Amino acid sequence: MYTFGDPALWLPIVFAALMGLSILIYVVLDGFDLGVGVLFPFATPDEKDRMIASIGPFWDANETWLVLAIGLLLVAFPAAHGTILTALYLPVAIMLIGLILRGVAFEFRAKAPTNHKASWNFAFFTGSMMTSLSQGFMLGMYIMGLEYTWATFAFACLTAVFLTVGYSFIGATWLIIKTDEELQLKAVKWAKGGIWGLVLGLGAISLASPIVSSRIFDKWFSFPEAILLAPLPLMSGALVVLVWLALKRLPTKDDSWAWFPFAASVVLFTLAFFGLAYSFYPYVVPEKLTIYEAASAPESLFIILIGTCFVLPTIIAYTALAYTVFRGKATELTYD
Amino acid sequence: MDTLILSRIQFGANISFHILFPTITIALGWVLLFFKLRFSMTGNTKWMEAYRFWVKVFALSFAMGVVSGITMSFQFGTNWPGFMEAVGNIAGPLLAYEVLTAFFLEAVFLGIMLFGFSKVPGWLHTTATFLVAFGTTMSAFWILVLNSWMHTPAGFEMRDGVAHATDWFAIIFNPSMPYRLAHMLLASGLTVAFLIAGLSAYRWLIGDRSDGVRATLRTGLTIGALLIPVQIFMGDLHGLNTLEHQPQKVAAMEGNWETGTNIPLVLFAIPDEEARENRMEIAIPNGASLILTHSTDGIVPGLNNFVAEDGTVLHPPVAPVFYSFRIMVGTGMAMLLLSWAGIGLMMYKRRGVEGLPKPLLYILVPMAFSGWVATLAGWYTTEIGRQPWLVQGVLTTKQAVADVPAPFVASTLIAFLVIYVVLLTAYIGVLFYLARKAAKGEPIGTRVPQSQQAMVPAE
Ligand code: HDD
Ligand code: HEM
Ligand code: HEM
Repeated sequence: MYTFGDPALWLPIVFAALMGLSILIYVVLDGFDLGVGVLFPFATPDEKDRMIASIGPFWDANETWLVLAIGLLLVAFPAAHGTILTALYLPVAIMLIGLILRGVAFEFRAKAPTNHKASWNFAFFTGSMMTSLSQGFMLGMYIMGLEYTWATFAFACLTAVFLTVGYSFIGATWLIIKTDEELQLKAVKWAKGGIWGLVLGLGAISLASPIVSSRIFDKWFSFPEAILLAPLPLMSGALVVLVWLALKRLPTKDDSWAWFPFAASVVLFTLAFFGLAYSFYPYVVPEKLTIYEAASAPESLFIILIGTCFVLPTIIAYTALAYTVFRGKATELTYD
Repeated sequence: MDTLILSRIQFGANISFHILFPTITIALGWVLLFFKLRFSMTGNTKWMEAYRFWVKVFALSFAMGVVSGITMSFQFGTNWPGFMEAVGNIAGPLLAYEVLTAFFLEAVFLGIMLFGFSKVPGWLHTTATFLVAFGTTMSAFWILVLNSWMHTPAGFEMRDGVAHATDWFAIIFNPSMPYRLAHMLLASGLTVAFLIAGLSAYRWLIGDRSDGVRATLRTGLTIGALLIPVQIFMGDLHGLNTLEHQPQKVAAMEGNWETGTNIPLVLFAIPDEEARENRMEIAIPNGASLILTHSTDGIVPGLNNFVAEDGTVLHPPVAPVFYSFRIMVGTGMAMLLLSWAGIGLMMYKRRGVEGLPKPLLYILVPMAFSGWVATLAGWYTTEIGRQPWLVQGVLTTKQAVADVPAPFVASTLIAFLVIYVVLLTAYIGVLFYLARKAAKGEPIGTRVPQSQQAMVPAE
């Protein structure tokens, strides 16, 4: 009857994958520029300008992945969209205010009278912190099944801190690529400090998930699925060790390997993401609503899918163009 | 106050704040492209000066638009989950296309447009400028398609309380879409025209006599003078379209209670919904019939037609619709008067910008934000006039509201309002600060790293 099988079966998976992809891209891309904001208080005024310059041309496009992710949740799984966002009402509001503060501070700090600059720098830092912390909090709450008790709240506070430190780690590795001299040295130091956030965060989530949900417990520890999953922690562990070794040697004289910590942290985030995706599939609201139950009508999803097939490659192509134009060490940002 | 009313205030506050900045960026992108092309063609540096100054305003407005827009896209889920559950099959693809075809385009090329001037070839920079302007216009297109569909839904059928698309062409080109899109794009053009004219007048008044400021003052006034008659014409068409599809809204706009012929055009009144009549009315006989039906004895719908047998009111609250409509039209008239007076004087005295008298320049400065006033007033007319419906005839606002505790909504509302007041003050302050800096001839595109020229405050 259908050329490609029943779309009601495979469309939800395709959209869950697309949404997952854009969340992952968002976390990596905005992760590094949020991280740069979190590191702001540790830098001198001069270094702050260079840190801003390293993310200036990118931050807006990075945040657009969040809009796409939330847009896909909203279009593909309208029922889940409402449940998740109303359950996370306050952290979402805090995140939004954080995003507002940091987004405008970018512009204001360079254009407002110079004696206001310190305040806008502060707004940039505060906004980045609010955003990272609330995202971490939401991640924690989501893993806990969106139920508010003291224990889940405490766990979400932990993930909030860990994700923020994790972001500062990926931010620092980005700065290692984009800066040189003093600031690069500092960035290496920051990265060494930040990596524990990632390790502890991954550890906490890996411990907590199977305890909270017996379904996840079975998925992880029953044979033979466990074999499938085993490479994830092993590879992550190996990567962390490699990054640590690299950080001890960086910066090198000819700046070789400066890209390595960033690339490795992208892989780390990706592995962690797949771990989560594997555990939660097929649920979109943990333990309550599967992607099949929450999906919208196939006709509407089709319309979007067709557009996506054409537009997504284009977006990726011109994003690549932008990253090529602004490759190399960050110089100061001017409009000429 | 309950969650419904608080959520409405919150949504209204957020979108009002958001729309201020798109209104500027949509048209300013095209104006910047115009400056850039003029510079390439004439080689005259005054166009580059104009570009340099206004690209800063653009960057700032764009950032404000982006961050407030992100807030908007979360609002559907946090405050109005019923909206997506009921009409998500239609609203969803439209919003998705907006993100895919507009947001990414503008966000990515903005970086190249702002910071790539010396890093990419000239043609690529001009192309980037074009794509940013095109992207903002595309996003206006998609969001206005959705908004128009909410006013005049078409091309769908309801199955078990959920809207399913049957005809995408009818959905996109729904009856009010062309009018609303044209009216909004023109509104954006007018807002930018008066912003440019106003800030340039300010620079002129504090002593800036550069060629750049002459060029922008003249450009601003010219765009304004050209667009305002078109806008008034479009507004009329838009009103006729609304008369056809949402007569109760037009009745509220006109402040007309009884359906009838030879209805007067009410210039001012205090609508009293308790007594169901106007107090202190000043009106032009037969005016409303003439405007709405183009004949003095045409029939104009009245509000009393929209009250059910049992007394349930099915029309929107009258006073806010009535007043905001008058504010919009009044602002439009002021724009017409000022821009034509300005252009007329320049042509009559043949001295260009020098021919503009001081009082006119003084009025132009506060008029810099007249576009905002008219745009907001227009949106309040449209949106409040749709109440109690969220999607006309399909979904009421009440059905869509989220089930979150009122204190949550209240506390976040207060937080948003505080932020908005601070940011709006900072934004307007910085525009005038940039104007003063430019007027003093300080280089606005500095090559020195930002903090070295700053008197680095202790941090
Ligand atoms: C008539 C125009 C118009 C209207 C009515 C709206 N917007 Fe808007 N929006 C724009 C015109 C625009 C724009 C000009 O395209 C912006 C401003 C700056 C920008 O990046 O795009 C924008 C930005 C913008 C962004 C940020 C995009 C980015 O990251 O680059 C989002 C998520 C939204 N909008 C969402 C909305 C929603 C959910 C709306 C209604 C409920 C809405 N907008 C009304
Ligand atoms: C951008 C310009 C817009 C402005 C300034 C604006 C303004 C408003 C205002 C003031 C209300 C409140 C009406 C009332 O409570 O009586 C409202 C309602 C609403 N509008 Fe708009 N609107 C705009 C565009 C849009 C668009 C493009 C959409 C669709 C995506 C939209 C969706 C809604 C929704 C969902 C409500 C329901 C909440 C409510 O009734 O308060 N609006 N809008
Ligand atoms: C003076 C002549 C004008 C007339 C007769 C007029 C007419 C109208 C009408 C009838 C509506 C309501 C549409 C509806 O019922 O849904 C409207 C909405 C609106 N007006 Fe005007 N207008 C005028 C001037 C202006 C000006 C000068 C601006 C801004 C610079 C403006 C901006 C808007 C906006 C943004 C909306 C809401 C969006 C929409 O529904 O298209 N208008 N106008």
